[in-house]
Amino acid sequence: MSDLEQFRAETRAWLAENCPEEMRDGDITAENQCWGGRQWEFQSDAQKRWFEAALEKGYTVPTWPKEYGGAGLTADQAKILTEERDRINARKPLSNFGISMLGPALLAYGTHEQKLQHLGGIARGQIRWCQGYSEPGAGSDLASLKTKCEDKGDHWLINGQKIWTSNADISDWIFCLVRTDFDAPKHKGITFILIDMASEGISVKPIILISGHSPFCETFFDDVKVPKAYGEGNLSVVGEVNRGWDVAKNLLVHERGMLGTMSPLRGSKGPENLGGYAAEEIGLDLTGRLDDPALRQKIAQAEIDDWAYTLTVERMNDEANAGNGLGAKSSMLKYAASELTKKGSELRMDIGGTDAATIGPDGIEYDSLANTWLYNRAYSILGGTTEVQLNIISKRVLELPSA
Amino acid sequence: MSLILTEEQEMLQDAAHGFLDENAPVAAFREIRDSKNPDGFSRDLWHEMAAMGWAGIIVDEEFGGSGFGYVGAGVLAEQMGRNLTASPFFSTSVLGATAVQRYGTAKQKDQNLGAICDGTALFALAVDEGPRHRPEHIEFSAKSHGNGYILSGSKTFVADGHVANKLIIAARTSGEAHDPSGITLFLVDADAAAIERTHTPMIDSRNAANIKVDGLEVTGDDILGEVDGGYEALEGILSAGRAVLGAEMSGSSQRAFAITTDYLKEREQFGQKIGSFQGLQHRAAHLATEIEMTKSAVLKSLQLLDDDFESASATCSMAKAKSGMTAQLSTQEAIQMHGGIGVTDEYDVGLYFKRVHVAQQMFGDAGFHADRLAKRSGY
Repeated sequence: MSDLEQFRAETRAWLAENCPEEMRDGDITAENQCWGGRQWEFQSDAQKRWFEAALEKGYTVPTWPKEYGGAGLTADQAKILTEERDRINARKPLSNFGISMLGPALLAYGTHEQKLQHLGGIARGQIRWCQGYSEPGAGSDLASLKTKCEDKGDHWLINGQKIWTSNADISDWIFCLVRTDFDAPKHKGITFILIDMASEGISVKPIILISGHSPFCETFFDDVKVPKAYGEGNLSVVGEVNRGWDVAKNLLVHERGMLGTMSPLRGSKGPENLGGYAAEEIGLDLTGRLDDPALRQKIAQAEIDDWAYTLTVERMNDEANAGNGLGAKSSMLKYAASELTKKGSELRMDIGGTDAATIGPDGIEYDSLANTWLYNRAYSILGGTTEVQLNIISKRVLELPSA
Repeated sequence: MSLILTEEQEMLQDAAHGFLDENAPVAAFREIRDSKNPDGFSRDLWHEMAAMGWAGIIVDEEFGGSGFGYVGAGVLAEQMGRNLTASPFFSTSVLGATAVQRYGTAKQKDQNLGAICDGTALFALAVDEGPRHRPEHIEFSAKSHGNGYILSGSKTFVADGHVANKLIIAARTSGEAHDPSGITLFLVDADAAAIERTHTPMIDSRNAANIKVDGLEVTGDDILGEVDGGYEALEGILSAGRAVLGAEMSGSSQRAFAITTDYLKEREQFGQKIGSFQGLQHRAAHLATEIEMTKSAVLKSLQLLDDDFESASATCSMAKAKSGMTAQLSTQEAIQMHGGIGVTDEYDVGLYFKRVHVAQQMFGDAGFHADRLAKRSGY
């Protein structure tokens, strides 16, 4: 038996023993995933047991080095772990922005001390992170951000406002882009900084979306003092001062990668099997076809596109493991995934007709198709709009000329 | 299994790329077209391909083939799609070889596989009877007669039927015209007196034939696969064909797109390169994304044919649908983005546009496969 076969056998046995039945529903919606953080309360005993078992093994962050709380798995081993987890339909034991976004950036740019504190906190599910990038005046043109960060000798002084900070109201720390040089060209005066949300001067206000619900916040910084270091070698700034754009770019690629790997058409809330749902709601004609030929064609088309998309994620992962990195092609995945995600909930709303458009006495119910449908409009806006992704593909993949 | 090519398959790809660029570029295809070559391909080129082991690419080594499987066939087809290489590869080495190798008797294999591999036997599959692909709709009749059958009926769009030595004919031995059961496949000599072939040149400058059979006597030895159960074999042959056509269309999409992006980087209007216009950039970026999606779909279907042939049907349908839509978009955009020269005969993009159209029609277009997949999923 090869080493990898051995690893697969061990992983399968470990999962069989340690992943509780209740955690094998494959359900990884924002509502029932394990986010971690200071305010976190496990939703069930099974969720807690699954998290603790994974933590002990380093499997909350399997590819991170052992000294920072991971299991140090190779890419091949990590792929096997994912395959084996998917095989039994197991949830991820822990998932949050710390794992998917900040972690990879710290691994690339952090000091050993920064990694020890922050990666460890993420791996152990102790700290929940949010992202402070966008500002009211800096959306697609992120580099025009204006949140001011002044050097006050032993500390930084921050004033400004961030927007679209997902779950800022329940997060413990924020990784932020701030302006440290107002005179330099816009990309050259930005710094990437880590801030405790409990700091004095930070306030958070939820944003009500078209669904009536609110996963996003505005975050205000009013004379917030941030220490230069949280301990020996453990600076608050990641990378160099005024070079934060490099870190941010690296991290945006990970954000796109993360968004890209969600299963778009089926992964969204609501009935997974669109065709089956449609057959149930609408009925079949005498030839056994959905009694709405135009809708049927749209569903079948979307299923073909969704299938090709998920295979492309698999292929690009395999290529990356073989040494051909994804690079700017991650924008293709982000683009395709967000358009398919919207398509899936559009189709569910079309299938549901006026039933799906009916709301409860207190407005749009949280677990309704309508809420997902409305929320999903944001997919092609957040993390870089569809148009920004297409710009990136044009310039960096196709190398088309600039205007 | 990883969704990437193995080292061996990559080497085959490199070899095919080099050989076809040198020996069968688009200019060679154009020359065949303009010289009104009655075969529609170069027999010399075909013999060279056979000598390199391409004719027997999916045939097992014990029968003289190269044993590269369907991924190997797809790798070659993709490169042929890039160069619009015309050859009997698809009809003979994919359809014919699949039919004989998977469904033939020991005797049929002995008699035919060697001749496929050395390039001497040319095959054609006669399935459709009307202008749209409907493989379960078979009226072509095979009436029981003594120990054998008498074949009568007509077939349309038999690709390479004009040059084939052997025909695989889907005929009805029982049941109604729309019934998938009751179909039987026959492997017959194409030059039998009872077979009348009418050469039908196609818009893509490839060639096919309409076939009329009037009382051809055959024996039980000429049956390929099961009596009345031929639909299963037909499905298998068509699945292989769909995946490989998908690979060819993927190659054509990639090349037409590459020609187009080169043009976007060089053509100037309003004092700047037209590739700097966002209106074109976003369409190009969308197309680039679709091309990546198509590559994955095609490779998956080819791998599945090698890995678990019987289960590959739906996957091959998806790959055919996806690659067909992408190839149409790619070649439509190629013409549009070239502007006026895009609709001239002198520029190659129109040749891709025409070839892709016929490949889309062959063995079911995207709508056909979407319908099949929906039905299979119960809606």
